[in-house]
Amino acid sequence: MHYADNVDYPRLLSRPSVYIPGLGVLFGVLVYAQAGTSSIGKVLAGLFGLADDPGFAANLLVALLITAVVALNVAMVMRLTIRQQMYVVWAELAVLVLLFFYSFDLSFEFIRRKIGFLLTQGLMTTLYVSAISIVIASILAMIGAIAKLSSNGIALGIANFYTSLFRGLPLLMQIYMIYLGLPQLGYVINAVPAGILALSLCYGAYMTEIFRAGIESIPKGQWEASRALGLKPRDTMTRIILPQAMRIIIPPTGNQFIAMLKDSSLVSVVGVWELMYLARTQGQTEFRHVEMMITASLIYWILSIVLELIQGRIERRYNKAQTR
Amino acid sequence: MIQKKLTLVETAPAAGSLPAVQIRNLSKWYGTFQALKNVDLTIARGEKLVICGPSGSGKSTLIRTINALESFQDGQIVVDGIQLTRKPEDVEAVRKRVGMVFQQFNLFPHLTVLENCTLALRLVRGVSQKEAEEKALHYLGKVRIPDQAHKYASQLSGGQQQRVAIARALSMQPDIMLFDEPTSALDPEMVKEVLDTMTQLAGEGMTMAVVTHEMGFARQVADRVVFMDRGEIVEQGVPSEFFSNPKELRARTFLSQILH
Ligand SMILES: Nc1ncnc2c1ncn2[C@@H]1O[C@H](COP(=O)(O)OP(=O)(O)OP(=O)(O)O)[C@@H](O)[C@H]1O
Ligand SMILES: [Mg+2]
Repeated sequence: MHYADNVDYPRLLSRPSVYIPGLGVLFGVLVYAQAGTSSIGKVLAGLFGLADDPGFAANLLVALLITAVVALNVAMVMRLTIRQQMYVVWAELAVLVLLFFYSFDLSFEFIRRKIGFLLTQGLMTTLYVSAISIVIASILAMIGAIAKLSSNGIALGIANFYTSLFRGLPLLMQIYMIYLGLPQLGYVINAVPAGILALSLCYGAYMTEIFRAGIESIPKGQWEASRALGLKPRDTMTRIILPQAMRIIIPPTGNQFIAMLKDSSLVSVVGVWELMYLARTQGQTEFRHVEMMITASLIYWILSIVLELIQGRIERRYNKAQTR
Repeated sequence: MIQKKLTLVETAPAAGSLPAVQIRNLSKWYGTFQALKNVDLTIARGEKLVICGPSGSGKSTLIRTINALESFQDGQIVVDGIQLTRKPEDVEAVRKRVGMVFQQFNLFPHLTVLENCTLALRLVRGVSQKEAEEKALHYLGKVRIPDQAHKYASQLSGGQQQRVAIARALSMQPDIMLFDEPTSALDPEMVKEVLDTMTQLAGEGMTMAVVTHEMGFARQVADRVVFMDRGEIVEQGVPSEFFSNPKELRARTFLSQILH
């Protein structure tokens, strides 16, 4: 825990008043959901010779088995250290998700055939569209936040209008409007730049608010101390305020990056050959939609995990002064 | 060898007879509320001034107008011969000559103690990294923060933090030091170490304006005590006179309250 107390309260899951109702609810839900008829349930029931009779008895048996496995698992995991618990539970849940995907009866041969193209064309496009958009959005957000905190009425007007408009319109609409609307004004724009522009403008608007709140959270005394020492406004901002605001800005910004990574799939609507577009079109030809969707999902997930790890590193760096 | 030459106060007075601070007819409003009412105050070079008065009397507001942390609407302020306007070059020139210590220390938490003291030297005075560190270490030595230079502010006690704040202000080699209740946020046992540092500074000839309720410090160090109430200077005088024989009723009431 981030800030644990020095009291050894009985661990939550070791209290009968918690685990007995907990397991009871699990059991009840499993029975109600007719666990015996599920694919795993059939296998389990088969072991006890109840495979051909997916009735109430099979449901009870399977629910009981699963509940017992869960109870046993929890009891075992509780003997580990907190770090081990974290990793073990993470891995178990990941396995469950993968099993879920696996249950779709996938054609791995098809995935193997397509994955190269999905990665070289789709992933690459997703990555560079997202990366460029993230950079531009961050710059827009910084400018927007400083404008919102300035005493310049024109800057304030522009910044307020900007965040209102681009947070207010659906991203999908923004993509269409830039791709289809700009040519009406005589400026023909390609699909990729249109997508990048829409993503940057939209996420820049969200992040403007994050940056503004981060800057505003720094106490007045920091500005005053900096000014009293004679620092110019720009130095006060870049050397005193922003480095402190970063601690507050980074977690929600990481969130935005991850959200943007996945929202970049929206630019597929204007025909950009990114991950989502390819996953959809490649699957169509042989009616293998699910394979492609799951593959693309896993790729998105892995990318998000990478971003999470990077965010964690940066957070630790900016926290080092304050957490000691 | 640089270390030997430096003392706490090493800038020579700009002009011998010129007062350090001249405030004339100063008025300030927060909206319709008048926080300062026609204040006249001159601080001589080398003078140690203590400002006291009840809460809300305008003490902070007054000393914060001197380095333009607060604006004012009427009257004038001249610091070291520089008339304080809202022009960047005037404010910059004044802030270079005036150091300030705050009640809440306001150290920069993302920087080490040493970086706290060197940052402005490098950015404002254009001093090289190496020279800035030598200077900063010298002043950190003066305020008796031994070998804590590479810690972060949050790792120091309140008294140590406030002494770092003093060293940070001194590193810029100001002519005038402003203190706004420098010991009010400290635990009792740390008040003395900060007051000792300030007494030492006073002994070396620094011009000081100190808002404080530490009457012992005022008696021992101040050349003059200024008593404010409701945005006005009500009474002023040498400490012995002011403390033993305050003339104004409001000053008597105030003193009887803080001296219990
Ligand atoms: N930003 C502000 N807006 C409105 N009124 C203010 C503001 N700052 C101060 N004041 C008012 O101005 C008056 C003087 O405030 P100031 O902080 O100078 O008092 P002080 O003498 O330093 O009091 P204390 O001993 O509590 O620090 C007070 O009545 C206060 O309420
Ligand atoms: Mg005050």
